[in-house]
Amino acid sequence: MNSTRNPCFIRIRGVSKLFGDFVAVDNVDLDIAQGELFSILGGSGCGKTTLLRILAGFEKPTTGRVEIDGVDVTDIPAYDRPVNMMFQSYAIFPHMSVEKNIAYGLRKDKVARAEIAKWVDEVIELVQLGDFRKRNPEQLSGGQRQRVALARALIKRPKVLLLDEPLAALDKKLREHTQFELMNIQHELGITFVVVTHDQEEAMTLSTRIAVMDKGRLLQVGEPKEIYEYPETRFVADFIGTINTFDGQVSAVDEQHIHVDCETAGGDLLAFNEHELKPGDKVCIAVRPEKIFISREPPENNEDIRVKGTVDDLGYLGNLSLYRVRLESGKVILVSQQNRQRSAKRSIEWEEQIWVSWRPRSSIVLVN
Amino acid sequence: MASLIQKDRLWWHITVLVPYLWLLLFFLLPFGIILKISLAEPILAQPPFSPTFDDTGTLSITADNFAFLFSDKLYALTYLKSVIMAAAATICCLLLGFPIAYGIARSQPRTRSLLLLLIVLPFWISFLLRVYAWMGLLGNYGVINNFLMWLGITEQPMQILYTDFAIFLGLTYSYLPFMILPLYATLERMDLDLVDAAMDLGASRTTAFWDITWPLARAGVIAGCMLVFIPAMGEYVIPFLLGGPDALLIGRVLFDEFYVNRDWPLASAVAIMLLLLLVVPIVILQKNQARDAEQAT
Ligand SMILES: Nc1ncnc2c1ncn2[C@@H]1O[C@H](COP(=O)(O)OP(=O)(O)O)[C@@H](O)[C@H]1O
Ligand SMILES: [Mg+2]
Repeated sequence: MNSTRNPCFIRIRGVSKLFGDFVAVDNVDLDIAQGELFSILGGSGCGKTTLLRILAGFEKPTTGRVEIDGVDVTDIPAYDRPVNMMFQSYAIFPHMSVEKNIAYGLRKDKVARAEIAKWVDEVIELVQLGDFRKRNPEQLSGGQRQRVALARALIKRPKVLLLDEPLAALDKKLREHTQFELMNIQHELGITFVVVTHDQEEAMTLSTRIAVMDKGRLLQVGEPKEIYEYPETRFVADFIGTINTFDGQVSAVDEQHIHVDCETAGGDLLAFNEHELKPGDKVCIAVRPEKIFISREPPENNEDIRVKGTVDDLGYLGNLSLYRVRLESGKVILVSQQNRQRSAKRSIEWEEQIWVSWRPRSSIVLVN
Repeated sequence: MASLIQKDRLWWHITVLVPYLWLLLFFLLPFGIILKISLAEPILAQPPFSPTFDDTGTLSITADNFAFLFSDKLYALTYLKSVIMAAAATICCLLLGFPIAYGIARSQPRTRSLLLLLIVLPFWISFLLRVYAWMGLLGNYGVINNFLMWLGITEQPMQILYTDFAIFLGLTYSYLPFMILPLYATLERMDLDLVDAAMDLGASRTTAFWDITWPLARAGVIAGCMLVFIPAMGEYVIPFLLGGPDALLIGRVLFDEFYVNRDWPLASAVAIMLLLLLVVPIVILQKNQARDAEQAT
């Protein structure tokens, strides 16, 4: 199945959007494959909604082109695009019943009545709104409104469904539940989903691929794992999960490794040389908290990076323990450890002198 | 806690009472007096109408005034002309006011308050003065005629002032803000995504307007139309100053009966009929609306 999918189903080339002289979207190039559940992730105000509205046809890009399924849609108005959108506000028509809201798209396409009724039944079944079809929007809860918005956007079987923060207005529990429902529906219908979100956890669980956005620019595009394990910039590393960073300068380069002299680590840190760096280059070494081991005794493996510190603070989360470790330089780093042994006693206590260590492979090298 | 709820209820009673008291004092009571006068006979006395109960204490009322209203075709024609004038002005206000209100509601917040200020700015000048200004504009040697003659479009001044058209212009001009403000209030509250959503689902810009914007603006349209139509119906100053001597509108007739003929009972009957003419359609409209709303749910 994968082989027949068009990898450039949506093709965005050099798209920028200016409001006055404010750059909301800055020269974005992006390909999205058919059937993907693609997330655009970024902080508030970074231009996610604007990019989505460009795909929907509500905003005309100042420069650049947008292609969907091989057709250049840049100059095609919203109502003629094979694309539907689910709005962040849900935008449910307040003067129409649930059923009328859902049928609206087909009615505008002059579909026959019997046909409309059939499709409405089907999609209402899909989003489980059967008991509410005669209701007015003001009688619905947040979760039900979300379903109406989804059903209304799905009924025309668009080639691409755009979802602007589809879960942001729901409470935490409902959000998790709905997340999986969305994934199931996407899988069932095979429609390409483009989801905008500011929630990195949501993006990680939902998506086949993620684009991280900041100040109108795409910083990195990749699978969740790639983005998490191989962030290319400090912003991406910081935005997805938590990370410890050490600024330094390359002091030596051997066949495989680079040695980076980091003042805050109190010595050289080792990393793989993936960027063909030379001595003197300024870099940043970043390590995820769960990649760091914590021990009372000095670690045996000589390959590992080892730094001494004291436990400043610790927290027990059940499956995990979190430690804030103060290094000798005064820098505080975060370490997380799985609680593998069943025990009511803590092995490591406050103010204890300990070692932290990690594999050179776990060091992420960020070149600015 | 209990006392808090009681206090709340007390406040609730007071707030509900205020409009009722207002209605009683400033509507029902004057209405009762007018009704009483309309059922009396005109006499040469102070006040110039016969008392409701005569010397012997028996009720003495008459429907002569109303009978007279129905017997003389002049009154029916006057009512009809007033309705047509007010309706024309209302429709024109709606046609002008809707795009203006829409434009203001969709403008940048900063320009929005400036535009709203411009809409209410004329209120700072006396209404009478503004109508006089129209006389200066529309007169035979007024600004408009002079301009037309200077352009060579006409040789003789056109008769604009003292025509029905002048009344229509004056009504439209004076009541336009009362149309714009309620329309603006409803349009400004409307979620812009709704129109986008309609277009996303296949509606053109025009279709989206009629499917979404217009029905959601209905409350504002109704409020605006009532605020224009009702006062325009009884308007006295504009027909008096801008209309011709034969421009018999109901406000004018009312004034003449009261002050020129000193026939208070007949004038009161005219006023009562005007009120019925306005209130009955509104009550029917509201009944219909309530029924529609019930059916929708
Ligand atoms: N129609 C507009 N006019 C002017 N500025 C806008 C408009 N739409 C969005 N912006 C600006 O563009 C930036 C990005 O907005 P948006 O795409 O909504 O961000 P996000 O969805 O990522 O929070 C914001 O700073 C916003 O103020
Ligand atoms: Mg947004």
